[in-house]
Amino acid sequence: MSGVTARDVWREFRTSRMGMAGIIILAGLVLMSLLTMSLIPLETFREWTNPANWLSYPKTALPAWVNVFLAEDMPEHQILYASGSKSEDLGGVYLYSETFELDYTYGDFPGGFIYEYEAEYAGAPLLEMTVLRPDGMMLDVFSKPLPPAREAALHAERVFSTDSAIHKNLVLGSASFGFETDFLAAESIIFSDAESGEPLQGVYVFTVNLYGNKPDGSISGSTLVIDGKVFGIMGTDELRRDLVVGLLWGTPLALFIGLAVSIGSVVAGLVYGVYAGYRGKMVDESMMRFNDIVYALPALPFLVILAVTISNSIFLMVGFLMIFGWVGIAKVSRSMALQIKTRGYVEAAQMMGQKHSVIIFRHIIPQLLPYAFASIAISVPAAITTEAGLSFLGLGDPLFPTWGSILYDANTYGAAARGLWWWIVPPGMMIALTGLAFVFIGNALDAIVNPRLRR
Amino acid sequence: MSLKRYVASRVATLFGVLMVTLLLTIALVGSNMDIILKQGVAVQVREEIAHTPGLAASFESVEDFEMYVSDTIQRRILELGLDEPWYSPQRLGLSMYKILVLDFGYATFLTSDSGSAAVGDIIAEKLPRTILLFTTATIIISLIGIFLGALSGSRVGSVVDRITSSFAVVSSSFPVWWVGMLLIVLFAFVWEIFPARATPTIPADDPGYVGALLYHMTLPLITIVLIGFGAWAYLVRNFMVGVLQDDFIFAKRTMGIPRRRVIYKHALKNAAPPIVTILALSLSGSLGGAIITEAVFDWPGMGRLYFEAITVMDLPVIIGSTYVLTAFFLISIFVADILYGYFDPRVRTAQ
Repeated sequence: MSGVTARDVWREFRTSRMGMAGIIILAGLVLMSLLTMSLIPLETFREWTNPANWLSYPKTALPAWVNVFLAEDMPEHQILYASGSKSEDLGGVYLYSETFELDYTYGDFPGGFIYEYEAEYAGAPLLEMTVLRPDGMMLDVFSKPLPPAREAALHAERVFSTDSAIHKNLVLGSASFGFETDFLAAESIIFSDAESGEPLQGVYVFTVNLYGNKPDGSISGSTLVIDGKVFGIMGTDELRRDLVVGLLWGTPLALFIGLAVSIGSVVAGLVYGVYAGYRGKMVDESMMRFNDIVYALPALPFLVILAVTISNSIFLMVGFLMIFGWVGIAKVSRSMALQIKTRGYVEAAQMMGQKHSVIIFRHIIPQLLPYAFASIAISVPAAITTEAGLSFLGLGDPLFPTWGSILYDANTYGAAARGLWWWIVPPGMMIALTGLAFVFIGNALDAIVNPRLRR
Repeated sequence: MSLKRYVASRVATLFGVLMVTLLLTIALVGSNMDIILKQGVAVQVREEIAHTPGLAASFESVEDFEMYVSDTIQRRILELGLDEPWYSPQRLGLSMYKILVLDFGYATFLTSDSGSAAVGDIIAEKLPRTILLFTTATIIISLIGIFLGALSGSRVGSVVDRITSSFAVVSSSFPVWWVGMLLIVLFAFVWEIFPARATPTIPADDPGYVGALLYHMTLPLITIVLIGFGAWAYLVRNFMVGVLQDDFIFAKRTMGIPRRRVIYKHALKNAAPPIVTILALSLSGSLGGAIITEAVFDWPGMGRLYFEAITVMDLPVIIGSTYVLTAFFLISIFVADILYGYFDPRVRTAQ
């Protein structure tokens, strides 16, 4: 191990296919993190745990690319804006109406719909929505009085297709259908063929009417969201969150956690071990006893206690993981220091009266650097999986969308038993891929710097 | 140093570690626990007063009543010894003494399936299930691992060797619990062979319980084995490669002993010490991972109990299960140490 320079290591490293594969994967991940941090607005990351931010996204939608593999396309997510609006005076009753047109071409029902609006009015208006289906049938979706207002007032609201009043209206309106609609969801009634109950393709016109007893009522900023069953590159979860955002933000976080923990623990372990080995005797003995104690502490139970009782902040978590990370490194670097200590130049430096700290940092630790780099790479995957594991138990930092916390949510909503694979597979693949990059690099480095493995 | 003294010094160290672990646990959860217990007392007192008819009406003013309530709470806290903080010598000493004599007391919130609140009963119910799952898994893993490792170690560079080595590298970076979720998707959702939740639905005294338990155990078992055996095979392979380069193996081969016999009898026997040591260590390591693995499958063992206890801050249960988990961990480290010292006398003198 002596006399291995950084250049030698790099020359040998380049010939290792495994090592280069690791470097390439890592470069890809770093690039992904940089793109995420520069291209995706920071708000998405802060808004990750805010359900209100995700309301106009579909619920548990598959990734959009699954349509490539399906014989019949699943409905995509559509956000409709009013295609026309008009105001009328019906003699004492003032009407403001707007229409949404939807050309529905899918062979499957949508996942639901949401009507979002902001109404400006005075008095006590009535808001109603009807839909004109391709077969010419007109269905009442809902009609509701808006809160009365003496002066001009603003009222913003979201109407969900899961509203029981909507269901009731539609069941009444579909009495002439050739099948029982009592237990069907609202979207399945609106979009079904009156005879067969199969999805009905064609142009649907949704009309929203605001009837008021005072003039100048209007609706602005309204959208009709037709929930898709497929959405985006990675789909959405039960909380309607776009999974691609979480997955992308998870990359820089995982790299940060992995590297911070492993660099911190390797540096700490290296200095601790070398110091113990260099000083020898009682210092060595007592330091190694302490090392033994930390080594024998059960790491995971303690991490759980620490996260619950002290804090689950991601930065403190990095510190907690370091507490259990430095032990092994300290043991190995101590035994290496014991060997190096007996070499001529160290003894010469001692005789010249150099300070212990100078000898340790200038003469011994540089000898151990190649080993240290290999250890950093090798210990990254464990740090990432342990943090992911803690997040998976629900002990992660709620402010950060880590891969582990995505899987925690997936587990909470029983994604595995419900077969929501797109919620489970990608985060785990990312954890494994990141781990793999470092395992490759670490093994390749280890084979170069560790003479025991050379054959 | 003789083996006896070596053993004695290891026992002393590990006992020290056990005590340090428990002290740390008490230190970490103690203050939260005090708050929870005091709140519990206050709630209990108010409930008792609410259930005593006419008591509230017998006070002349609201102040008098409030005074009576806070007096009662104070008296109750004094009775329970909660007036002193958890780090006071009496309470700490008492806690440690109770732990030493294996008196874990009663759980604050949790109960066993049979309804007992004694921590000893709860642990006695959960521990066998954890041991059943993880010991079975470790045995299967080590058998597959030793066989595959010996096979690939004797044919370095062959297809078997390369597949084993790459599988070891790849599987080591997959989290066990994630693979568990994938297998649930496959076996519980797509093919519906095994149940997604590993807790048997029938009561424990039903005659079919053992069968149901084993059936529910299959999926977690497959998961642990799938992720574990690669690393094992890789380790055994590396030991075998070392041993197979020794002179005595060449001697055996030249003597005309068949290759297979040399590998599985002589070489494996010489690679045994480190393998046995690692077997002991991995048993304990798997128990530590139980917290997460059991959470995925909802396996009703120690890991689950520990996690539940932490989330509701049930101190007696936390201490009891930390004790058991740590004790298991330490015993296996100890066994590994002793085996290592026994097989390799250099270890004993080096200390």
